[in-house]
Amino acid sequence: MALEKPYANIPGTTIFDGDMARRGYHLNQFCMSLMKEQNRQRFKSDQRSYLDRWRMTEEQKKAVLDRDYNQMLALGGNIYFLAKIFSCDGQSFEQAAASMTGMTVDDYRNMMLSGGRTPHGESGDGDQADG
Amino acid sequence: MAKVATGIRRMAKITAGVAMSHIPAIGAAVDQGKTEEAYWEPVFKGFEFSKTWIAAEKPDVIFLVYNDHASAFDLSMIPTFAIGCSDSFEPADEGWGPRPVPIVNGHPEFAWHIAQSVIQDDFDLTLINEMTVDHGLTVPLSLMFGTPKEWPCLVIPFAVNVVVYPPPSGQRCYHLGAAVRRAVESFDEDLNVQIWGTGGMSHQLQGQRAGLINQEFDADFLDRLASDPKELATMPHIDYMQHAGSEGIELVMWLVMRGALDQDVETLHRFYHVPASNTAVGHIIFKNRAK
Repeated sequence: MALEKPYANIPGTTIFDGDMARRGYHLNQFCMSLMKEQNRQRFKSDQRSYLDRWRMTEEQKKAVLDRDYNQMLALGGNIYFLAKIFSCDGQSFEQAAASMTGMTVDDYRNMMLSGGRTPHGESGDGDQADG
Repeated sequence: MAKVATGIRRMAKITAGVAMSHIPAIGAAVDQGKTEEAYWEPVFKGFEFSKTWIAAEKPDVIFLVYNDHASAFDLSMIPTFAIGCSDSFEPADEGWGPRPVPIVNGHPEFAWHIAQSVIQDDFDLTLINEMTVDHGLTVPLSLMFGTPKEWPCLVIPFAVNVVVYPPPSGQRCYHLGAAVRRAVESFDEDLNVQIWGTGGMSHQLQGQRAGLINQEFDADFLDRLASDPKELATMPHIDYMQHAGSEGIELVMWLVMRGALDQDVETLHRFYHVPASNTAVGHIIFKNRAK
């Protein structure tokens, strides 16, 4: 019997479950390699050939080269693993999150300063979230 | 069992529970001396009471419930509950070099004792003898202790998987807290133990919905954590993910802390602030009412 996935319909949200973890295994393990300074240097000096050492799909490699974080998420990347890529680029979580929402960093930061993205209509249950 | 001369059995005791967010940018603000900047000042102000309080409380050991963020554990191994049994834990290099904070010292004898007791109480822990600790563990220490040369107490790291779905349920976490309390109270040493639950509150770090904050959810969570944790613990994962953001699920870790305390607690301090980076900062301190 198939397991229920009540979280599949939350808009703008990918839950990192077993299916995603299997799809993104090598992408995420590549990210982990960037925890070591010498690997960060190797990656930065020739990204394509560094990526070619990993059993990632071409689509995944392209998403990394494009720094398309939404695409990486769709292909099984997990945000805490992907954080190794943007940290390596000297980007903060705030900057990376802004890029995923399609907002400028300033707009995103201002949204957060005024209380964040409101849950109303964003909760994915087809209803207004009432907390 | 060891007895002291008076005949009173020595015993470790959980004296307080503390919960707080563990946002990495807070660690960066501490490490880069930015705590007095306008953006960060309100966050650190919320911990002034806590710093004074803990300096007077002088806990011997903190049982620190947190999650690893793809630092010590990658996808090759994903323990649901893991207890750190080592005598020391180095800060992890999370991609920009390790945080310049002191090494975290553990209490192996106590950790192994807790592991044995909790496992025999039906919670199957993973035992860790070597691991680094990331911001999930060190940011709470910085918030409560500032920037000392050495951390003023021992720490037993307790890692919960909230990165790969499914994390343990709120219910399971709450019951685990009770098992940890039984384990602590069966240790024959007079230790002042605190239990900390970290992570949260509402936040989402990924996808088009990144930046989600739900202040009503968070206020309600803090209320019920104090007054009706048993009922709160039954909240299903989907409610956290829908209403508090995909990373808001970290809040189940607060229930481990709460499960280790009495049903009836006194709230010594409560603080809430939006934002720190992408996240709602929550913080609460509970003490069992004196009997």
